Amino acid sequence: MSDRVIGIDLGTSHCALAHAELNTTPAPALMKIPQTVAVGEVGEHGLLPSFLYLPNANELTGGALSLPWNGTPIHAVGTLARELGAKTPSRLVSSAKSWLCHPGVDREEALLPLDAPDDVKKLSPVDASVAYLSHLREAFDHANDTPLREQDVVLTVPASFDPAARELTVSAAKRAGIENLTLLEEPQAALYAWIAATEGAYRDVLEVGDIILVIDVGGGTTDLSLIAVSENEETKEMTFERIAVGDHILLGGDNMDLALAHVVRQVIKKEQKKKLDAWQMRALALACRAAKETLLSTDAESVPIVVASRGSKLIGGSIRAELTRAQVTATLVDGFFPQAEASDAPVQRARSALTQFGLPYAQDPGVTRHIAAFLTKQRDAADDVEGYETNEEDTFLQPTALLLNGGVFNAPILVERLKKVIDSWIEDEGGEPTRLLDFADLDHAVARGAAFYGATRASGGLKITGGIAQSFYVGVETVALAVPGIEPELHALCLAPFGLEEGSVPTPTKAELGLVVGEPVRFRFFASSTRRDDEVGETLEEWEEDELIELGAIEATLPVGSFEEGNVVPVRLRARVTEVGTLLLEAIPRTGEDVWKVELNVREPTPNESPD
Amino acid sequence: MSEPRPSFIARIFLSFVASFRTLFDSEFAAGIVALRSGARLPADTSDREVVERKTPEPPPPVVTQASPDSALQLLGMLQREGRFIDFLEEDVETFSDEEIGAAARVVHQGCRKTLREYFDITPIRAEEEGDSVTLKSGFDAAEVRITGDVSGEPPFKGTLQHRGWRASEVSLPKIAEDHDVSILVAAEVEL
Repeated sequence: MSDRVIGIDLGTSHCALAHAELNTTPAPALMKIPQTVAVGEVGEHGLLPSFLYLPNANELTGGALSLPWNGTPIHAVGTLARELGAKTPSRLVSSAKSWLCHPGVDREEALLPLDAPDDVKKLSPVDASVAYLSHLREAFDHANDTPLREQDVVLTVPASFDPAARELTVSAAKRAGIENLTLLEEPQAALYAWIAATEGAYRDVLEVGDIILVIDVGGGTTDLSLIAVSENEETKEMTFERIAVGDHILLGGDNMDLALAHVVRQVIKKEQKKKLDAWQMRALALACRAAKETLLSTDAESVPIVVASRGSKLIGGSIRAELTRAQVTATLVDGFFPQAEASDAPVQRARSALTQFGLPYAQDPGVTRHIAAFLTKQRDAADDVEGYETNEEDTFLQPTALLLNGGVFNAPILVERLKKVIDSWIEDEGGEPTRLLDFADLDHAVARGAAFYGATRASGGLKITGGIAQSFYVGVETVALAVPGIEPELHALCLAPFGLEEGSVPTPTKAELGLVVGEPVRFRFFASSTRRDDEVGETLEEWEEDELIELGAIEATLPVGSFEEGNVVPVRLRARVTEVGTLLLEAIPRTGEDVWKVELNVREPTPNESPD
Repeated sequence: MSEPRPSFIARIFLSFVASFRTLFDSEFAAGIVALRSGARLPADTSDREVVERKTPEPPPPVVTQASPDSALQLLGMLQREGRFIDFLEEDVETFSDEEIGAAARVVHQGCRKTLREYFDITPIRAEEEGDSVTLKSGFDAAEVRITGDVSGEPPFKGTLQHRGWRASEVSLPKIAEDHDVSILVAAEVEL
């Protein structure tokens, strides 16, 4: 029997694991994760860098990658992987999590590292996630009597992960030997961590009718959620409901350090006529990060930066530069947190015809513009929240409290700027400034919050509700006379309503779709984060351009044997939320008792893109 | 320690000698008194005195050779993060203070990172340097070194010159069994 709950933050750039005892006031503790920190050396750190290095057969000696529980691992995970990869990037797997939610690729296809040499056995984004989770499980099992397999595990995913990415995360966890699993959205985990840290005082800080805007800036992604505070009418206990989540934004703290490095590189190139190679660029980014932290926590106007030479001549070969307060302000504060208007939207540059195969990084680094667009899009999200008043003239949803998570917010100047910008929007519309929910330990909050959630849930305590933060639709082509050059009209049939919760009785659609037995049949799949009132079976004939976004296709197959090959069988579709927290789509044939699973993770081949 | 028991002839001779010594040697007489009242043999007493005299003598000095492994490992770590060996092995004479200063930043930043990561280093004395300090009797001479006008008995009054450092926790990375720690940093060949 499980005696505690484990929270795992499977991050884009770092992983962390926390555990909380059951039957006590849960105070989640972090596990130190043993990992190779250098060739032949195993150290322990609170974070496991999410990097995987696939060495060449001649590259390392016998015990180079030895771990306390495995003498001969075939690849390196963590700190050493990141170090080795800095000098040999073609054998390094990084940002696997971003690939996991990239609908443009087959996420179970071995495609990483993208430009790996021939002797590398490539891995799929799922494989890489399995490697990180396996490392965590093995580290845990090595240090504990009760193996992770027998513990309840809460694994976090970005709130913006689509259903397929969530399902892939679950399958990676299962493959890594994690059995009792629940998914939790990262911004919710951050709020749980904050609640845990207040030791009950959250009841005094928050009030009914509060709308908390959670801004979680990780290493590689920015995740937004709105959480409403209400009250249980009978028990008068405070309740929380997640009412909206933002789009997936591939923009994080690592981009910020890199941006500073590029600024300094330009100066070095111009003034010293020196070019930096990739390794020096990385050293520069690390030096800039340290210098940035000094500048943001002291009054210094500039901090010297030195990029060491790669050879053994340290003094002669180093490149000197400096990072100034003006550069940091211009690049970080104004670049990533610009004084935007509430009506602003992220700038979209037209993609060039020859789109490079890779991750769909955010084109606009202005985090505040992404937030403005999110709040504008979710203007009506709090209409049903008791105690919160929406004015008719409001152009966006006015949060009343801010919770900022992620290492970048260790810099007070960024916290101040972000709050100032959001408050200025609210004041323009006659509202009150937001309250900042104070927070410490920004790097481990998600893992801690996940463990806390697991422990309180087990005791029937506090829970953030909200169900799914999107409604889902299947695309149905209308039967019409074929007209050359004109595509048949597409309707959207609602499969899962907004806010669908785990355990609710699934309702199948009334309309039926024809499936050809023995052949996989694909359907276009759509999601909306703003259409809150569509019910199952409702058919949309038209919608606003940004109301529905297309996700990867879904695919249903009726096996031969249960049905006659080639027959067209009418099926109804239904959706439910599993205990784990994934969306399950099922096809129910008109005849027979069986229910068939509809696959979410299907790659829709798109032109202009080729992994090879 | 037990001596052979004297023979009959020897005992006759002893009874003469003993009677005279009992008369003229008070210490010998005290021994006889003790013997008659059932105490231990006088030979034991003199033996114990020998033992007691030996106790205050210092034990033979024990100096052990520390295993070089963790020293080599630490050098490797300082080199890796802070280019420590590169810095010390380079001839600084030909460079300006400014150039050396720049390199020192790399060394300082990296070595400090290593120090903070693997050692928990805290000052031994909480007072500020320059503060006056009183050392009570029984202070730990390993923790605090007294210098200058050292005489007499504690309490000692003085000025704190250096706060001292203590590694209250050390958690060096573990080393793989067949890992050669004498390679502080591998040579690097880019293909």
